[in-house]
Amino acid sequence: MIFSSLFETAWHALATHRMRSFLTMLGMVIGVAAVILMMAIGAGAQEMVRGAIQSMGSNLFIIMSGASTSGGARVATGNAPTLTFDDADAIRDLKDILVAAPVSPGSAQLIYNGVNWSTSVFGTTPDYIQVRNWPMAAGGFFSEADVRSGARVVVIGQVVANELFGAEDPIGKIIRIKQAPFEVIGVLAAKGQSLDGRDQDDTVIVPITSAQQKVFSSSIRNRARFVMAQAVSAKAMNDAEAAINDTLRSRHRIGVGQDDDFSVRNLTALAETAAATTRIMSILLGTIAAISLVVGGIGIMNIMLVSVTERTREIGIRMAIGARRRDVLWQFLIEALTLSLIGCGIGLLLGVGGALLVSSLAGLPVSITPTSVLLAVGVSFLIGVFFGFYPAQRAAGLDPIEALRSQ
Amino acid sequence: MTAPLIEVTALEKDYSTGAGVFQALRGVSMTIAEGEFVAIMGASGSGKSTFMNLLGCLDRPTRGSYRLNGQDVGRMTSDQLAALRNREIGFVFQGFNLLPKLTALDNVALPLMYAGMAREARRQRAQAVLERVGLGERSNHTPLQLSGGQQQRVAIARALATRPRIIFADEPTGNLDTETSRQVMEFFTQLNREEGITLVLVTHEADIADYAQRRIRFQDGRVVEDVTRAEVAA
Repeated sequence: MIFSSLFETAWHALATHRMRSFLTMLGMVIGVAAVILMMAIGAGAQEMVRGAIQSMGSNLFIIMSGASTSGGARVATGNAPTLTFDDADAIRDLKDILVAAPVSPGSAQLIYNGVNWSTSVFGTTPDYIQVRNWPMAAGGFFSEADVRSGARVVVIGQVVANELFGAEDPIGKIIRIKQAPFEVIGVLAAKGQSLDGRDQDDTVIVPITSAQQKVFSSSIRNRARFVMAQAVSAKAMNDAEAAINDTLRSRHRIGVGQDDDFSVRNLTALAETAAATTRIMSILLGTIAAISLVVGGIGIMNIMLVSVTERTREIGIRMAIGARRRDVLWQFLIEALTLSLIGCGIGLLLGVGGALLVSSLAGLPVSITPTSVLLAVGVSFLIGVFFGFYPAQRAAGLDPIEALRSQ
Repeated sequence: MTAPLIEVTALEKDYSTGAGVFQALRGVSMTIAEGEFVAIMGASGSGKSTFMNLLGCLDRPTRGSYRLNGQDVGRMTSDQLAALRNREIGFVFQGFNLLPKLTALDNVALPLMYAGMAREARRQRAQAVLERVGLGERSNHTPLQLSGGQQQRVAIARALATRPRIIFADEPTGNLDTETSRQVMEFFTQLNREEGITLVLVTHEADIADYAQRRIRFQDGRVVEDVTRAEVAA
């Protein structure tokens, strides 16, 4: 028996029952497409989270003004800034802390040359750029002296640069932030989405003093909504957290048993949680998709069993004219394999197409890895063999006389 | 004299049924020489079909021995039996038993596929055999596009494809009208005479059996008559 003849025979049998073959394949098509799509979405989400974590900076704390709980009741953090610039300096001086930057966030409308753009404004100190591990694309960052003097200088994100300036070079230009003129001295490198989904490049950064005097129309001075701090190493995170707590409690004269008027969050730990969640989600998606693949395989077995019953007479004829049992076994096995592999091929195309569609329509990041393609093809092959074997064996085990007699 | 092509000795075949063991064959012994044309007759349930299945290597005897061309068929594996059916034996059935979705050519080429012949070679051979049965023009027709007589000729071509020594024909004219039956039987006679192919024919019609040189009648699992045409005439 020649192998190519087997494929010819299988192809002929499948082509004879086009509708049935198509419907049987559909199970595999959907299964494989689901696996490819789900793994692509899962991998894309993981990549996004990984990117967001990298862009966040490493070994980070965020110390929020205001208590997270007050007398047992939860309150919104940061309603009244309790952290002072001096607190930030004190945190920076701790031995486990590398740098710390007070931040005063807000939003404002920018105007340049008749074009306006609303964006988030961060008032902070030069340490911020180091804490966030944020390189410059052009120009430079402002200095400590700029912070002390309340200089009207601004560093802008990529999105703002594009929206206000387009192809023009922004360095040295004057933009208005809430009417106050600021000189653009630097452009930040692109950073992409943060963990909570904000576009980090849609922002401008000004000295914290200038922000409070010229941009935010509040009476708050010398205080920050939050302080971002970077520990010297991942190992020092626990000691650093304890040191921050001790320092702030003593500076704010908070006695034993009293509630903190600040809260310290380990951002790196939060990020790791987010990464783990994403990983679990993608495993879950993949598992559900894999189940549909198995269901597709069962569909193949079902149809192959029907086919064997229907074609009992054909099997008898083939045996009478000299087909050995293994010829019959191969015939049906190859038929099942052909079904599952063609289904897999169509499913691959649909899955890849669907992934591209999802990424372009929903804006979700997707990533089709060679692993997921190989996995889908390999699993389809195994499913074809596994679910095709039993019906094929049943066909091969038929008694030629009884098979010939059946109608 | 060389050994007979077919030699059966005390052949028995039991079937277990719900009611107990049914003895389809109760000790059949005979020889058939190469080149003979034998008609096997008998009522239904007489054991003639069981006997044909055993001779055709589709089944194995319960007791007794069957030697085909000197080889003990009872000791063969199912693969060896399949090879025998493929190379030494051709079958022609009452219901033609062609694969309805395949063309005449592909039907005839099918045994050659199991013989391991390459695609082009088997198509050429199949075409040649179809021409021999007078259907060279219709090789691309499917069985449904052919008349009963033509279908039976395709089936004969399929039986001839691997150049077997024996053809077993089970009621080959059962589904055909008188004129077509006559044509088929004359073709069988011609094959037997000109090519020396051994023919074993199962039929219940006396005028069909008359084409054969030898007539064997079964009753209740035993041979009750075994005569040559010369003896009948005498």
